[in-house]
Amino acid sequence: MRNFEFFEPTTVEEASSLLAQYNGKARLLAGGTDLIIGMKARTEMPEYVISLENIPGLDGITYDEGSGLRVGAMTKMRALETDAIIRDRYTALAEGAAEVGSIQIRHLATLGGNIGHASPAADAAAALLVLDAQVQIGSADGQRTVPIDALFTGPGTTVLEPGEIITAFEFPPRPANSGSQYLKQKIREVMDLAFVGVASAVTLNDGAVENTRIGLAAVAPTPIRATEAEGIINRYHPVTKEILEQAAEAASAQSRPISDLRCSAEYRRQIVGVLTRRTVQTAINRAQS
Amino acid sequence: MNKHPVSLTVNGDQYDLLIEPRKTLLATLRDTIGLTGSKEGCSTGDCGACTVIIDGKAITSCLMLAVSANGKEITTIEGLSSNGHLHPLQQGFIEKGGYQCGFCTPGFIMASKAYLDEIPNPTEAELRHALGGNICRCTGYTKIIEAVMSAAEAMRNA
Repeated sequence: MRNFEFFEPTTVEEASSLLAQYNGKARLLAGGTDLIIGMKARTEMPEYVISLENIPGLDGITYDEGSGLRVGAMTKMRALETDAIIRDRYTALAEGAAEVGSIQIRHLATLGGNIGHASPAADAAAALLVLDAQVQIGSADGQRTVPIDALFTGPGTTVLEPGEIITAFEFPPRPANSGSQYLKQKIREVMDLAFVGVASAVTLNDGAVENTRIGLAAVAPTPIRATEAEGIINRYHPVTKEILEQAAEAASAQSRPISDLRCSAEYRRQIVGVLTRRTVQTAINRAQS
Repeated sequence: MNKHPVSLTVNGDQYDLLIEPRKTLLATLRDTIGLTGSKEGCSTGDCGACTVIIDGKAITSCLMLAVSANGKEITTIEGLSSNGHLHPLQQGFIEKGGYQCGFCTPGFIMASKAYLDEIPNPTEAELRHALGGNICRCTGYTKIIEAVMSAAEAMRNA
């Protein structure tokens, strides 16, 4: 690893100023599980590394029945996976977090890092899409909020401007009659990159399925919503096997996967359908129980 | 480049060091402090041979900068035995033959310790899942799992 100057700012404003000042030569250090690997491989050679570790308020989970869930950007994957409220009400997020690396990795890796890294295959991203996450972004100039479906612009890129830092994720309250699930197609049980990841979330209203959200990972340049499939689930009542099949086909059609060493685009497209069917059904079952 | 003052508590002993920011915690433990029990396998967080416990949590020390560990309490394999008595996990690995070449053993034992401190009575399936971040190139997994399950029982009865 090449050497670098190391900064440990204690405010977002200070971190933002450093990031803007050394624009292009500086990287933010959150959990480090992507950045340090990149620095060892010299695919990342920052001259300046700015640690977010010592900024108070960036790490933590708070929940309020009225305003919903807030997850600080430096919150560890392991904390998301084990939090009782997240497991109960924001289940897909707990399941997405639990799919990242190993326990050792999840004690280091952060939600802000996973999302800021903007991998099309990020396990937590599909969950954030279906749970309507709002991304809080801070800088020396102030704060702004971007909905998660407007954050990613391509593999590894986001709408963040130079000097901007993801500080937190906010999620609207989820009623008891809602449910969600994240499923990942992979070879190894742990420590694997998703071939395909699908998250679904629904809310029930008098038995009818509403507010369906379906998020797809690793099948497009960014994590995406399968909006056609969502519309099909919302439109029909009850959601029969045939409706699920239609939604699965719509989700497959909306995905834009590539073929690579790990599997073919055709395989990925088929698995999108399978996981869409399964996650929507499970989300409905969970909403009912 | 500027070295940074870093204060680490390792196995109860405090070390005040001046360290280049690019040094990982693993390199610092091995090369600067001289505790070579933690191993460097893949150096990318995949194999778990570098696992140490920081503030009660198992982490891959090859993916943490030493400067990021400033002020933290670290336990390595060298800190597990007390007064010449092996930890039940160390005893279990010996009794069950939970190692072959031994390179992965410190990582497996530290990952197991942190996990059993949290979940003292796991099923075998839960344990296998929890140890998914540790790889044994000799593929001696059956004996490793037997060793940890028997150590878990000994720890519960202690």
